[in-house]
Amino acid sequence: MSPRALDYESLNENVKKVQYAVRGELYLRASELQKEGKKIIFTNVGNPHALGQRPLTFPRQVVALCQAPFLLDDPNVGLIFPADAIARAKHYLALTTGGLGAYSDSRGLPGVRKEVADFIGRRDGYPSDPELIFLTDGASKGVMQMLNAIIRGGQDGILVPVPQYPLYSAAISLFGGSLVPYFLEETANWGLDINNLRESVAQARSKGITVRAMVIINPGNPTGQCLSEANLKEILWFCYRENLVLLGDEVYQQNIYQDERPFLSARKVLLDLGLPISKELQLVSFHTVSKGYWGECGQRGGYFEMINIPPRTVDEIYKVASISLSPNVPAQIFLGLMVNPPKPGDISYEQFVRESKGIIESLRRRAHIMTDGFNSCRNVICNFTEGAMYSFPQIRLPPRAIEAAKRAGKVPDVFYCLKLLEATGISTVPGSGFGQKEGVFHLRTTILPAEEEMPEIMASFKKFNDEFMEQYEDHRGYSRM
Amino acid sequence: MASLTLDAINTKVLKCEYAVRGEIVTLAQQLQQDLQANPGSHPFDEILYCNIGNPQSLGQQPITFFREVLALCDHPSILARSETEGLFSLNCAFSYETKDEYGPAEFVFESIGWSTSFSSCIDAIKRAQQILDQIPGKATGAYSHSQGIKGLRDTIAAGIEARDKFPADPNDIFLTDGASPAVHMMMQLLIGSEKDGIMCPIPQYPLYSASIALHGGTLVPYYLDEATGWGLEISELRKQLQAAKSWGINVRALVVINPGNPTGQVLAEGNQREIVDFCKEEGLVLLADEVYQENVYVADKKFHSFKKISRSMGYGEEDISIVSFQSVSKGYHGECGKRGGYMEVTGFRPEIREQIYKVASVNLCSNISGQILASLVMCPPKVGDDSYGSYSAEKDAILSSLARRAKTLEDALNSLEGVKCNKTEGAMYLFPRIHLPQKAIKAAEAAKTAPDAFYCRLLLNATGIVVVPGSGFGQPKLRPYGRLHKIRWEKPTFIKLNLS
Repeated sequence: MSPRALDYESLNENVKKVQYAVRGELYLRASELQKEGKKIIFTNVGNPHALGQRPLTFPRQVVALCQAPFLLDDPNVGLIFPADAIARAKHYLALTTGGLGAYSDSRGLPGVRKEVADFIGRRDGYPSDPELIFLTDGASKGVMQMLNAIIRGGQDGILVPVPQYPLYSAAISLFGGSLVPYFLEETANWGLDINNLRESVAQARSKGITVRAMVIINPGNPTGQCLSEANLKEILWFCYRENLVLLGDEVYQQNIYQDERPFLSARKVLLDLGLPISKELQLVSFHTVSKGYWGECGQRGGYFEMINIPPRTVDEIYKVASISLSPNVPAQIFLGLMVNPPKPGDISYEQFVRESKGIIESLRRRAHIMTDGFNSCRNVICNFTEGAMYSFPQIRLPPRAIEAAKRAGKVPDVFYCLKLLEATGISTVPGSGFGQKEGVFHLRTTILPAEEEMPEIMASFKKFNDEFMEQYEDHRGYSRM
Repeated sequence: MASLTLDAINTKVLKCEYAVRGEIVTLAQQLQQDLQANPGSHPFDEILYCNIGNPQSLGQQPITFFREVLALCDHPSILARSETEGLFSLNCAFSYETKDEYGPAEFVFESIGWSTSFSSCIDAIKRAQQILDQIPGKATGAYSHSQGIKGLRDTIAAGIEARDKFPADPNDIFLTDGASPAVHMMMQLLIGSEKDGIMCPIPQYPLYSASIALHGGTLVPYYLDEATGWGLEISELRKQLQAAKSWGINVRALVVINPGNPTGQVLAEGNQREIVDFCKEEGLVLLADEVYQENVYVADKKFHSFKKISRSMGYGEEDISIVSFQSVSKGYHGECGKRGGYMEVTGFRPEIREQIYKVASVNLCSNISGQILASLVMCPPKVGDDSYGSYSAEKDAILSSLARRAKTLEDALNSLEGVKCNKTEGAMYLFPRIHLPQKAIKAAEAAKTAPDAFYCRLLLNATGIVVVPGSGFGQPKLRPYGRLHKIRWEKPTFIKLNLS
């Protein structure tokens, strides 16, 4: 047999370097155990509907009608679908050129992009241009497109928070760039210290890296912190002075669980700063239907908005988008509905508000239940989840546990999380998948399990953790060796 | 300075080209806006987009059964309601009287252009329930397994087996947002540098050239022979492979598009066997773009998947690596906007499979509705199913219409001065050769445009017809082509152009 083209050695090196822990070792082990019949609670990914959250009714009604437009002509359609859903379905179908089954403009349906622009305008108080809004099959695709455009080679660095959502590290590996980490301060509620940023950039430059862009995730993933206006201003000025493109991952903008720091878009703060920065700082903002109180992960709907990106660069990005022809049309309708939901007076308005508020208020309660639950465990400290969908407790592993992990050939937090999984069925993602300071360990879980089940889950966790600590702690005092 | 200006972006992005949505289309969109603002400002009433295989944008109707199932899956809470049965039987004058769901004979009704049967609607409800049972928690809004929902992959594997009469493994299937992302994934794996070459047919669908450029690889062309109906000669493959090797290119894979795009040829079995042997001998991954497998218009040719051909030659997983791409966008279903498709990956070692899975997992999963549709396309209503009658009527109508239009347009084009068009055996395109007079070619040069782009622009300005210049697909120089999309009309109209 002749040599084969796709042997492991000859695979693209960049692909081999990629890691994505969210669906990595822990998830695969959990899936194996599930097949063997064990009850698994998947808290490895922000996937609300998989944990029992119901879809909002109105958007599903509208999209179902768009899928089967022949229903709209039936005199009995009003028996199952409210009049406003019927009207909306007609509205969105009219925006397409042939219904859900036709490729749209590669940037997305112009009519939906206009609705997104209107939403952004209302949210920020400054009008937005639909021509600079591109719809994508999920926000991740948009992030990938932008990073692919920015990264020219290994000498190009992208500033990424640590801890970060590992899409960023994976994409940077895939495109052959350099990840330039900046550490968030756990003791300051995962705050961003501008000095950390400056240090990171200086270090990178001393290694010959050209730092091109900075990623912020606001609200944060996995850390949940909401950036203050002051912080956002600092970041914007920093990017302006250092000539960086700011990539604002704002997919959790609807998930806010405290009142001190409501969501502020990077765009709004930028435009508030006025000239010259407002016309010069290059910013790309990302949003999605997967998170918020919508949780429609399976639709793969998202968008990015470009601010102060030169027209010819926009053309190049359009060109790349056109190779994939168009984003999926049903998700574009979900996006339109998200940015243009039922209004007061609409038949479906009350139901929509009731469902949405129900979800958000429950998430807020669950954020507290989890944080408090983790903080009641031995050797565990947990910052409050100010936003997003995750809890990222720090697990202070005793030295003997770390040794045991080494003997088992596992990274310490992976070791802990595997034991947690085997004992309780709770499938988490070890903190090493997101990045953390040397010798400090975390795990990420979601706050998405059903509220009724939370107390039991936290009790189960506490039992496992406290027994684990009992087993591995040296009662005669910590050995620092 | 490192801001996001044109000189500071990834050069691979700058290098890649995709003519299907290129310059001519941009011009067409401008003309369309002109027409809206000023009706009568051009010598035509509408823009006819013949540049893309986008059937439903040109009036082709979706398959009713598929849409019924998808609607029910999108809004499963209506499945529990008795009114739902009434709604999905909108076209029926009779009410359902017996409880026996296999009971009454088919009632067929005409309504708004569709004929559908009452029992097809019950079938849709059953199928939707079956599908929802395969989805954990019936949650169509949740991220699925990164290869796609297991139950749907089982269905697709069964469909592949039924088609090929050889076993198919659901674990070999990766459901993707259309076939294009799957192609990108494979290019990503195969290409590490410009030393990695991928063999592509010329003319080709420019996704391949664009993807190879984007990933920094080298396209190794092999030329299809227009004189023999766009035939693929193994000698040509060997010649190009040798040439590439002599330039230090490490050739990794061979792309074959069957039925062909833009050329429409359906490969003969013997040809396919030669190709399989070639890939096996040379250790090339066979990337088989089979998205037009349902679009075959000639009685003397049939679609055979490359996997089937390999297995029938006695070759197994150890012998040859094949990736087969399929899509919901083409065929008779034409569901482009849904972005549904898959690749079936066979003959790869487990450590490679892990890497493919890893890359797929970074994007989490493809859209669920598209996954469901892929399973419907690969496992549609069968003979004996209550829904079969109306489903096959719709399918046959679309396919026979496509076949008629292929012939009509081919004949019409061949009747034009300076135009020669090969027969379209399959896919959705015509690729006529336009013999441009010297004066035209000089005029094109003066306008700094490729001759075929020059012709296509004039065509657009005179008639509103949007086609893709052949240079967008690659071709030997000085033989301009235009790709016409045949889905549009039953009765084509042409305006003769004076190129003086």
